[in-house]
Amino acid sequence: MSMSRRIPTPARLGYSFNWVGRVGLAIILFWAVIAIIGPGITPYPPGEMADWDYFGPISEKFWMGSDYLGRDILSRVIMGARYTVGIALAAVALACTGGVILGMIAAVIGGWFDTILSRLLDAFNGIPHLLFGLVVVAAVGSSIPVLILTLAAMYLPGSYRFARALAVNVNTMDFVTVARARGERFGHIILREIFPNILGPVLADLGLRFVFIVLVLSGLSFLGLGVQPPNADWGALVRENIEGLSLGAPAVIFPSIAIASLTISVNMFIDNLPTRIRDRTE
Amino acid sequence: MTQSLVSVRDLKIGAKTDSGREVAIINGVSFDIAPGEIVALIGESGSGKTTIALSLMGHTRTGCAIHDGHIRIGTHDVTAMTERQRAGLRGTEVSYVPQSAAAAFNPSKRIMDQVVEITAIHDLMPRSKAEEKARGLFRALALPDPDTIGDRYPHQVSGGQLQRLSAAMALIGDPQLVIFDEPTTALDVTTQIEVLRAFRSVMDKGGMAGVYVSHDLAVVAQIADRIIVLRGGVVQEEGTTEQILTAPAHPYTRELLDAFEPVPHVPAPQVQAARPILQVDNLCAGYGVIRNGEPTAKVLQNVSLRLERGRNLGVIGESGSGKSTLARAIAGILPAYRGKMMLDGKELKPDLRHRTKDELRRTQIVFQLADTALNPAQSIETILARPLTFYHGMRGAERAGRVVELLDMVHLPAALRHRLPQELSGGQKQRVNLARALAAGPELILCDEITSALDTVVAAAILDLLKELQRELGLSYLFISHDLSTVEAICDEVLVMLKGRVVEALPAARMSADATHPYSRLLISSIPKLDTGWLKGLEQDPDLLAQFTNR
Amino acid sequence: MLRSATTWLLVGQRLGIALITLIIVSFAVFFATELLPGDVAEVLLGQAATPEAVAGLRTAMGLDQPAIWRFLSWLGGLTTGDLGMSYVNKVSIADMLSGRLANSLRLAGIVTVICVPVALTLGILAAMWRGSWLDRTVSVATIAVISVPEFMVATLAVLIFAVWLGWLPALSYGVNVDSIGAMLRAYAMPVISLSFVVSAQMIRMTRAAVIETINTPYVEMALLKGASRSRMVLRHALPNALGPIANAVALSLSYLVGGVIIVETIFNYPGVAKLMVDAVSTRDLPLIQSCAMIFCLSYLLLITLADLIAILSNPRLRR
Repeated sequence: MSMSRRIPTPARLGYSFNWVGRVGLAIILFWAVIAIIGPGITPYPPGEMADWDYFGPISEKFWMGSDYLGRDILSRVIMGARYTVGIALAAVALACTGGVILGMIAAVIGGWFDTILSRLLDAFNGIPHLLFGLVVVAAVGSSIPVLILTLAAMYLPGSYRFARALAVNVNTMDFVTVARARGERFGHIILREIFPNILGPVLADLGLRFVFIVLVLSGLSFLGLGVQPPNADWGALVRENIEGLSLGAPAVIFPSIAIASLTISVNMFIDNLPTRIRDRTE
Repeated sequence: MTQSLVSVRDLKIGAKTDSGREVAIINGVSFDIAPGEIVALIGESGSGKTTIALSLMGHTRTGCAIHDGHIRIGTHDVTAMTERQRAGLRGTEVSYVPQSAAAAFNPSKRIMDQVVEITAIHDLMPRSKAEEKARGLFRALALPDPDTIGDRYPHQVSGGQLQRLSAAMALIGDPQLVIFDEPTTALDVTTQIEVLRAFRSVMDKGGMAGVYVSHDLAVVAQIADRIIVLRGGVVQEEGTTEQILTAPAHPYTRELLDAFEPVPHVPAPQVQAARPILQVDNLCAGYGVIRNGEPTAKVLQNVSLRLERGRNLGVIGESGSGKSTLARAIAGILPAYRGKMMLDGKELKPDLRHRTKDELRRTQIVFQLADTALNPAQSIETILARPLTFYHGMRGAERAGRVVELLDMVHLPAALRHRLPQELSGGQKQRVNLARALAAGPELILCDEITSALDTVVAAAILDLLKELQRELGLSYLFISHDLSTVEAICDEVLVMLKGRVVEALPAARMSADATHPYSRLLISSIPKLDTGWLKGLEQDPDLLAQFTNR
Repeated sequence: MLRSATTWLLVGQRLGIALITLIIVSFAVFFATELLPGDVAEVLLGQAATPEAVAGLRTAMGLDQPAIWRFLSWLGGLTTGDLGMSYVNKVSIADMLSGRLANSLRLAGIVTVICVPVALTLGILAAMWRGSWLDRTVSVATIAVISVPEFMVATLAVLIFAVWLGWLPALSYGVNVDSIGAMLRAYAMPVISLSFVVSAQMIRMTRAAVIETINTPYVEMALLKGASRSRMVLRHALPNALGPIANAVALSLSYLVGGVIIVETIFNYPGVAKLMVDAVSTRDLPLIQSCAMIFCLSYLLLITLADLIAILSNPRLRR
């Protein structure tokens, strides 16, 4: 057996990962990197009015054209990545962490806690998401923390319901009964028996919720209630440049494409997650 | 020589695994079926018997395909036909009786609509004639209320009746060949008799050929003229039923037959112990909301038993008898609401949350389905290490060494400990289950139908393992099962349960001869024997049948 | 097809939950708007905002009463149809709303009539021929539409039909609606945008519901009896899938409530949503509250309907 170093490709690790999933993952990583190193690579400072023309077309100097004030769209899209990706990521992390923890506890404890919590969070079902965001943000203001908290609050009930359903399913399995019969306590059952078995679907659900949050955030910004000027996430960029729509300006199109690329690639990745190759050779 | 009705030549069916590899499921199988003959396909799970049976209709499961070979039914060349032509065959020339009748009937349509559907699909006869024919079939299959049973919905009839109705559904088109796919596997032993009889009489009268797929040699002995033994997609042996049962040639066939006739249990030399390891007095348990100290659905009623150290107690009964509830009540998973339990003389609290860790350690429970009894996210090492840490506080090298010892005790290779449960076979998983129970260092093991989901050969090996462990470690077993022969192989005493009560208690060796309670006698007489004339010669009191079974 | 007592019990429970949700939601709407910054009386008086004038106006508007009292009287007003007066326009809110509500309902109605037949057909066909090119095209298209924000679908529609092809005007109203042709052209853009979004959801959910029914063992049994594929789907799968499909339709229509906000804003369509977005910027409290309640009510109605259909069509609850 040679001692040469081998790169762990998916096939060698025992996973199969088709090209659709790979493309999705690649785009996600691309935007993640841009969100992190953003300010370092913008060709122009995002606020600077670099172009004489406004709603300028795609050219060598301005790869994505210029906006309604003559600012470079490419730079503003790169900066916008931070806001869109950052806010959505923070919100989904909060929503899913809270939802999963509450869901698991409710599934195992059952009884009053479960019933009251489920009814309470179900009531949130009666409020359409965009409306809720609209009203709350209009009331309290559009600062970044408010946006994150509102979005997290919107999607926590859904995450809770999903995680609870999974946990209830796992709870009925014999291996959990065996653990109980052994005398294991609540903490062990949740952490070692239930959580590892719901982690996979929960992560997929997290991806889907991330997409919903990006869409609602963009919608709020589009209505003027999201990230406020001079900062702009992608939805706000569309709002600023909406007059260019009748001119067919790239200023309106590119931020939309950015949003679409992020959400579609997350969907592609989640639908085509690497699956373990079950090849039983006895 | 009359030409055979069905001829299969060199059939090869393959499937694609997740990694794209081609796997051969059926590897060159050839056989003939004469008109009016019933041929049984016998084998364990994975032998390919269902795949072959389905391929006679030109149907393969998703992912599988017929690669090579030739199937002829009557004058039709099935392998060369298009899907449309094959659809024309199904129901008219070949028909299918599925394993689970409950899954084959559409819950929102009436039974009659579904039974006559084949005549509607293939335009065989007008509806009124079809209904008349259906009623005739109901009568031939000995169904109750043959004139009105067609008006009901599937959930309104019992399992045994539904299985016979699916046979009627298959026979309505007057096919030449009927495929029975393990039709009685899911039924209770007492119900199975009725259904087998009905099938047999209707097949004899109609003179149809049949293919009977099963893993149960005794059942097949009652209905088949010829037997084909399969393993791994290859025919091991083929011959008439008499010949296979009395003079098997192939070693695998002999192995199957041996697994069927287990060695009766020889009780261990009596250890003079002062107290029984387990004593249960008038235990009552149930499910549902507790009102006035009693739950709404009472399952166990005044169950008493006594298990001496080093001995084994068997509990048999059919579905709904309460035997699994008994195991759960003793383990404390389902707290009993009345009665006393004593472990080695000390009283056990009904709810396991109130028991001491030591009491929990000394009684371990092993479940039937190893798939759900092992945490799929943990390696075997982690699964076995946890009870060691929990009960004995072991860590590090000492614990790792003990894990290897445990695996050795159940005859599994030490390398297995790094694998995940999904990568193990059914028999291996059940051994790990046992090893986990042993890790605690128990004195009493509650075995809840632990061999019922396993193939007969694998199950026989597990039983041998249990006996070996008992000799080495001085364990006592409470062995719950619905299969009397398994219980006879391992237990000293047997309890018979019916509807939550113990109706009889006997030493196992005297079970068949000396049972007195009518239900026990009915149960014992219903178990098929490896004798072709058994079903014909079986006489059971119809009143008893009506009383104790759900016909 | 009798229903057992359990079914009616579940139906009753579900309606009860809907009622409680409605009360909680109205509570939330009321108090969220109360949090809006800026003293209303000050804003309304503008230059003339002396302390006495502000206090006087507050008493006149009843703003000095405790919050719970105001909530209850508002709730009472809602049920009797008295929605109060708009702060900004000084007209009865009920009058303002009726015209706009009719517009929004018209839009929703047209979208529903277009979407439901198209989406159901595509969804069922895609499920029937699963894996075929039809199914794959439909799946990719619906995922693409669902994944992008609604304003993107709307802007794309404007780009394609108004800017590049020039068939339709970019903005809908404000054009004289004197002929059928003009009306059609005025409505076309908002309807197209909304239809895409709602249909995509409906197709996806219908397809999933039908596939799930096809995969049941008793439908597979039909194939083993020699039924053709279309017979199997039409006679066996669909009747059992009707419940889940109706559920899917109701749920998809609830997406209209969110989508309509974006579409009315982009196209300046004079519906309830546009009214509400404008009211938010002018801090017109009663108007915001009334509009929000209308939305929540319709959303709740659709979701409850979807759940009730699911309960009533469950075969296990049949007598």
